[in-house]
Parts: sequence; C-alpha cells; structure tokens
Amino acid sequence: MIISADLLINALVAGLLLGCFYAAVTVGISISFGILDIVNIAHPAFIILGSYIAYIVNTRLGIDPIVVSIVMLPVFYALGALVYQVYYESFERRGREALSGLAFFFGVLFVTEVVLIIVFGVDYRYVEASYIGPTLRFGFVDLPLRMLVPCVAALILFAALQLFLTRTFMGRAIMAVAQDQLALQLMAASPTRIKRMAFAISIATCSVAGALLIIIQPIEPSVGREYIGRVFAICVLGGLGSLPGTLIAAILLGVMESLTATFSGPSWAPAVSFGFLLLTLAFRPMGLFGR
Amino acid sequence: MRTWVFFLICVAVGAVVFALARLIQNDYVFYAGYVVLQFIVLATAWNILGGYTGYVNFGSAAFFAAGAYTSVFFHKFYPLPIPVLIVLGAIVSGLIGLGMGYLTLRLRGAFFAIATLALAVVLQTLIVNWNYVGGARGAYVIRPESVPLIGNYINYLFLIMLALAVIAITIARAIERSQLGYGFATIRDDELAAEASGVPTLKLKLVATTLSGALMGMAGAPFPYYIGYLQPASAFALDYAVNSIAMPMIGGTSSWIGPLIGAILVATLQQWATVSISSELSLLIVGLLLVAFVIIAPNGIVGLVQDRLRRGKAK
Repeated sequence: MIISADLLINALVAGLLLGCFYAAVTVGISISFGILDIVNIAHPAFIILGSYIAYIVNTRLGIDPIVVSIVMLPVFYALGALVYQVYYESFERRGREALSGLAFFFGVLFVTEVVLIIVFGVDYRYVEASYIGPTLRFGFVDLPLRMLVPCVAALILFAALQLFLTRTFMGRAIMAVAQDQLALQLMAASPTRIKRMAFAISIATCSVAGALLIIIQPIEPSVGREYIGRVFAICVLGGLGSLPGTLIAAILLGVMESLTATFSGPSWAPAVSFGFLLLTLAFRPMGLFGR
Repeated sequence: MRTWVFFLICVAVGAVVFALARLIQNDYVFYAGYVVLQFIVLATAWNILGGYTGYVNFGSAAFFAAGAYTSVFFHKFYPLPIPVLIVLGAIVSGLIGLGMGYLTLRLRGAFFAIATLALAVVLQTLIVNWNYVGGARGAYVIRPESVPLIGNYINYLFLIMLALAVIAITIARAIERSQLGYGFATIRDDELAAEASGVPTLKLKLVATTLSGALMGMAGAPFPYYIGYLQPASAFALDYAVNSIAMPMIGGTSSWIGPLIGAILVATLQQWATVSISSELSLLIVGLLLVAFVIIAPNGIVGLVQDRLRRGKAK
C-alpha cells in the first residue's frame, strides 16, 4: 500500500493538535480520578455544559468563547465544590462510593444531558470567532487556526496546572492527599477541604475545555458521551494523575484517531479510543508511565 | 421456600397477569406491558452483578443490543423461532460478559465500570460499520401477523417476555439463597477478606458477569420483532443503561424483589409520562429519581420499608 507522504504528515499534524486539545479535556479527570480517586464519569457532561455557556454568551453578546470560559471559571469552581460536598456527605463519608457514588455520577451525567436536550434540542450548535475558518499553510502542511488556537490554549492551561500542582503550597497539598491522607491529617490539614478544592479545580477546567470543544466542532448534548471513553483512556494510559503522562497519552491518542479517520474513515474513530482503553485496562492498567 | 415452589408461584402470577391483560382487550396494554416486563428482566440481570457482587455495569445497552443484533443476524440468515433466538442471544451476550469480566475484573471495581461504558461504544461502532446487519441505516424485521394458539403477535411477544421475567426472577432468588449468593455477598462486602479466606473471587465474578450478560441478551433477543425496525441508535440507547441501573437502585439492590418493584414502578411511570408529557421529560424523571434515591435512600424502597418495619417493632 502506498501512503502519500503529505496526507500522512497532515494526519500526524492534525492528530498532534487534536491531542493537545484532548489533554485539556482530560486534565480535570486526571485530577479527580487520577489524584483524588473520585470516579467522576459526569466530567464530560460538565464540559458540554461549558460549551453551551460559551455558545449562549457568544451568540447573544458576541464575546470570544475562550474569554467567556475564563470569566466563568469561578462559577464552575463553585459548582465543583458543591458537587464534591454532596458526594462527600452522601457517599465518601459513609463508605458508599463504590456502588452508590458511581450511580450518582451516572445520574448527574444523564440529568445534565437530558436537561440540555430539553432546553436546546438536539440540533448542532456552534460559535463565531475570527479564528474559526482561516488556515495557516506551511508548504503542504495545513494548520487550521480552529485547531491551533485551542491547542495553544490547552497547553497554557496544562502548564499552569502543572506549575500549580508542583510549585505552590496548595498544589503540593493536593498531591499529598493522593499519597497519604492520614499523614496530612497529622500535619493539621483537613483532607476534605483540600479534596474539595482539588475537585472544584477539576470541574473549573471543564469551563475552558468546553469552550475549546465548541471551537473545534459543533456540539449537541450527547457529544459528551464520546468523550467519556477518551478521557478515561488517556487518564489510565497516562498513568493516573501524572500530568506530563496525561499530555503524552493524549497526543498519542489524538494521532491514532487522526490516522484512523484519515485512512479507514471517520466512522471508525470512536472505536479507537475505547479499544485503546480496553487494551490498556487488560494489559497495562498502571498506564504507560505508571507510578 | 424451595426454588421450584417459588418458580410455580411466579408462573401462576404470570398466568394471572396474562389472563388479565387478555381481558382488557386493548393492544396498548400489551405494547406497554412488554416494555415493563423487558425492564424487569434487565433490572434483575443488572442486579445479579451490581447488587450482589457490587460491580457496576454501565453497558447494559451493549448486552441488550448484542442480543437484539444476534436476532437480526440469524433472521437474515434463516427465520428461526423466537425462543431459539433467545438462547442464541443469551450465548452471545454471555460470552461478551465473560470476555469483559476476564479483561477487567482483576482490577479495581471502577475500572470495570469504565470499561463497560467503553464496550457499548466499541460494539456500536462495529454494528454501525457492519452492513450485513443493516449498518447505520438499520434493519427491518418483518414479523408474522399472528401465531397459532395465541393469536395476535404482540400477545405472543408479551407472553415470551413474561416467561423471561419469571425465569430471571427465579434465577436471582435461587442465587441469593445458594452458596453462589453468599460468595457474591463476600465479594461485595470485602473482596480482599474473601480472597484471603479462600473464596475464588475471580471465578465467582466471571459467573456473575456471564449470567448477567446472558440475561440481558435474552431480554434483547425479541426486541427486533417488537420494534420491527432496528437501528443502532435505538438498540444502544442510553435509556437502557440508565434504567437498568436506576430501577434496582430505586427498588433496592439487596434482594430480588428490589429490582422487580423498581422496574414496575419506574417503567410504568415512564410509560405514563412518555404518553402524557414527553419522552425527554420521562427520562429526566428517571435520572432525578436515581440521583435522589442514591443520596437519600441508598437501600431503595425495600430499605425504606424495612426501616419502617424495624422501627415499628422497636415501639
């Protein structure tokens, strides 16, 4: 089989850009599932929520979706804190997170999706911005700004979180919660408070990820479901809670999906991530870069 | 009570239900009743894994659809009677359950739950790209007008689903009172301790996933004949996954009666809400009920009733 070189290189570049975006989508799960061990399968639903907020403000007021998402960060932070409080009081404190906690997040996922369907219908929605449309060209390599801008924004978000987790006091406290709660308590810090903050941050990233998503593709309420497999596949592959691992795994998946879509047709793309996830779970559950 | 006595009682109840439905002389009762019965089977099947061993399956739709598409596959090949298709559907879905369990059950519970979500999407992608069973377009299954002895075809489908519900409930109750059931309970309560005491946990979990998957496949097998036109979106609808979790959680997961109560209540409510309000709103109600119950009443309706009884005795 002869593969044309420029097609291959374009697919690789598109996959790279897509992968960086996937990293932004996954970073929240890396914090909540990877670090805090909270199986928040409703995470993609919050991302879609972020997309719709960007959509409303963008169509009504014409403000750039990324700017909207940054303004909305505190709102999502508060939402995350609230969700964690309910989760903690109802499940974690009573040791019920295995069955009831999972069912709870599944219920939240489902309710969010149905509410969005009732309010917005199942039509695809999109946003307007100056960078959606034009494409940079370097020789035969296409760099659509629609993909490039989210990629850069994602990398900035990613770098900020990595710096926060490794350099600041609170960030280190969050990493400590994952390692030894008891020791943290002996240092007179409240694990619950730190976990609430970390979970709230993980939901806050949904605001930005949602805005990036609606820049990349038009969305409808059930799009989030496709991302459940992706985010967990990346998170597990990246070694649960390691942010650099997450980035590498995200790029790997982005490239694989892009190659699949280019060479075997887009209808096979969803199976890539999920197949990837199943294989990872079966053969290397500690991830490629496991602790 | 012996299992066979219980089975006979269930059969008797089923016969009464069927006779009553026949008395009403309205086809809608059969169409709506079929859905309620189908959810009794799904909820009971989910509970064998979720309620007894504590492993959450989000991929009920995948097992259900595997059963339905097995029927489509064989229907295109050669029209077989539905009971045969049900057995075939059970085998296919049971094998999928076994494979799933084998791949993921050595890990923590959460991974199994995530993997089942993944399974649904992988299977759906396969079906969408598989032209023989209709691909993304869907497949027509033309059902006969009537069946000898029973009459109208929908009566026949209703009767079949009734039989499946009786079988599923009998199996669930038999498991509860057997060594298998105690083994499942040890896994749910403390897997490490169970393993350390010599309970073959992996083997038991594989039995649970296979059995649960097979029952879901059985519920799916007659579905193409019920709906007449099967497309991936309807076979893999999220409704199945949500309902088969919500019904046992609302009814109570600790015994066979919980999923039964939950399925009858929620499915009937949904049928009513779909007709009188809208189908989206009926799904919203199920989602909200699920969230409310896991927060407020983690042991479901059965748990609430038991608490009430215990308090009554204490006075």
